[in-house]
Amino acid sequence: MKPIRELNPQFLESKENKQHLIDYLLGVADNYLILAQRLGELCGHGPNLEPDIAITNISLDLLGQVRSFYQYISQIKGDGSTEDDIAFLRKEREYRSVLLVQQPNTDFAYVIARQFFFDVFNKMFLNALQQSADETLRALAFKGIKEASYHERFSGDWLKRLGDGTEESHDKAQKAVNDLWVFTDELFQVNESDSAMIDAGVAPDMLQLREYYYEKVENLLTEATLEVPEVPYFQKGGKNGLHSEYMGYILAEMQYMQRTYPNSKW
Amino acid sequence: MSEAEIKSLEAQFEAKIANDEKIEPKDWMPEKYRKTHIRQISQHAHSEIVGMLPEGNWITRAPSLRRKAALLAKVQDEAGHGLYLYSACETLGISREELYNQLHTGAAKYSSIFNYPTLTWADMGAIGWLVDGAAIINQVPLCSTSYGPYARAMVRVCKEESFHQRQGYEIMLSLCNGTEEQKQMAQDALNRWWWPSLMMLGPEDKDSVHTEQSMKWKLKRKTNDELRQQFIDQTVPQADILGLTIPDPELKWNEEKGGYDFGPIDWDEFWQVVKGHGPMNKKRLDDRRNAWEKGKWVRDAAMAYAQKQNERKNKQAI
Amino acid sequence: MSKEIPLWEVFIRSKNGLEHRHCGSLHAEDAEMALNNARDVYTRRNEGVSIWVVESKHITASNPQDSGELFEPAADKVYRHPTFYELPDELKHM
Repeated sequence: MKPIRELNPQFLESKENKQHLIDYLLGVADNYLILAQRLGELCGHGPNLEPDIAITNISLDLLGQVRSFYQYISQIKGDGSTEDDIAFLRKEREYRSVLLVQQPNTDFAYVIARQFFFDVFNKMFLNALQQSADETLRALAFKGIKEASYHERFSGDWLKRLGDGTEESHDKAQKAVNDLWVFTDELFQVNESDSAMIDAGVAPDMLQLREYYYEKVENLLTEATLEVPEVPYFQKGGKNGLHSEYMGYILAEMQYMQRTYPNSKW
Repeated sequence: MSEAEIKSLEAQFEAKIANDEKIEPKDWMPEKYRKTHIRQISQHAHSEIVGMLPEGNWITRAPSLRRKAALLAKVQDEAGHGLYLYSACETLGISREELYNQLHTGAAKYSSIFNYPTLTWADMGAIGWLVDGAAIINQVPLCSTSYGPYARAMVRVCKEESFHQRQGYEIMLSLCNGTEEQKQMAQDALNRWWWPSLMMLGPEDKDSVHTEQSMKWKLKRKTNDELRQQFIDQTVPQADILGLTIPDPELKWNEEKGGYDFGPIDWDEFWQVVKGHGPMNKKRLDDRRNAWEKGKWVRDAAMAYAQKQNERKNKQAI
Repeated sequence: MSKEIPLWEVFIRSKNGLEHRHCGSLHAEDAEMALNNARDVYTRRNEGVSIWVVESKHITASNPQDSGELFEPAADKVYRHPTFYELPDELKHM
């Protein structure tokens, strides 16, 4: 992790830097958006009232995060586009969310495993982002880290309960972990914009934390009496706009109002 | 206990309530008081959690991030309110699981308004404005009802509920200040939700079975007809501000009574919906049952895990 | 398994310097989850800085039928209150 250095004020005057920063931020924020959307589907359908409320809280935290990031993007863009334009009016290939967060709520085990894989990453990421050369991002990271820590605790605790609960829950948890494992590596994928931002000290180099991530995840899986899957090949693509087939449906639903009634205020 | 003793206990009990003293869970209470409270509080709790479904239907389609967050928070509050109310009900010696069971088998009722579908985004506005508006009128007096746990739950509910109606009205306001299409959407929602909202305040006094007893126990402070009149009188001016038309050609200000006269309510529709023939009765109950049944293995897992952890702890202690 | 999920009582300290107060109850399978649930259910609007949870079955409550012998004897012990003692008016603060 690089020490904090302040961003050169001229940095954003370069059109190229600006575009890289925007792309980079979308790569972060789109994950929050799509995961919040997925969790929002569950509201009112949880296994009991208490976990229902808890999962909605996570969704609300992520929505809060994504709004802050999009507001920052629209500020950088400076072309009058709003957080909602960014959230709702892009085409599918323009979204930068990883495949993991697009995966459906197949059952509670998938919801928890998906969340846990994401939360461990997100907490490490926000922790590192507090060293960013960009002041706004430092502030966003500082605020987000507390929420992310709680999320990780919640999903980790639940994964242990499911893994080490009944035989049925163990099997379901193992299946979810197996199915979602192939999407974890994409979290660490570095594209051109990421590299540019890492070089500028804006973005943390998450690849350096990759080993630590898997160590943490594997420790908890073991504690949950679950086996660590072995996959010969990891799936990726979402970060570069090559999404799962789920994505189109997520967007069709999410964008429905904005597309049907363009240029309206809500 | 002899009959005379029970009579005397009952007299003391009624005097206590008349004196505005609260009844607490371990206090002696007539069986009928207990049963009536279980029925009303659980019905109220069921309404909160079934009420999550029609609004939950629009969370993924909310038109802006701000609206999405507000709607999520609102629906989540309803889960919280259900939880407070179930907890209050449990102090009367019945478990949440039994109460769910009553809901899932159709033995218990919930507010019939949630058996109507939410067809457009404007329904989120209309529900917040009208349905929550009617609910508040019903609920505020319950903050001083005679059963302590219920009254305390209602204080919490009312405090949190205060943003719900404003949230709904603001949605309507945005629509009415928007395009012609948006305004039509708002009017259409008002047209569909107006009459069910009036019905939501309960059958007319002449057909209401519980009113007298409920008044005595402070489960009710005003009759259904009084509440309905209050609701109409406060809502009509709000519709005027929006520039919307209440779908009742007979609606007219009556100077003499200082309130609005209104047209006849289709009580046949009301009773049909109560009996289970509303457009969404089946879907709502199916969704509730589904969530509960699909959640069983999750709850079992958590119980099994807790037990294992306990055993591990005990072993360590030895 | 048909055992019911345990009920917990929740106590919240709204800010440092104040006592924990009972604010409601909830269901949870274990203490850890009870704490998490209490956080999610009862502190959504900044209501607390500290939470206690205790399983409801561990609470022993006094019986209302005993309230006569438990609480009424205190009612006539007026000498326990400062107003019982008559002091000259010139004595301003005591």
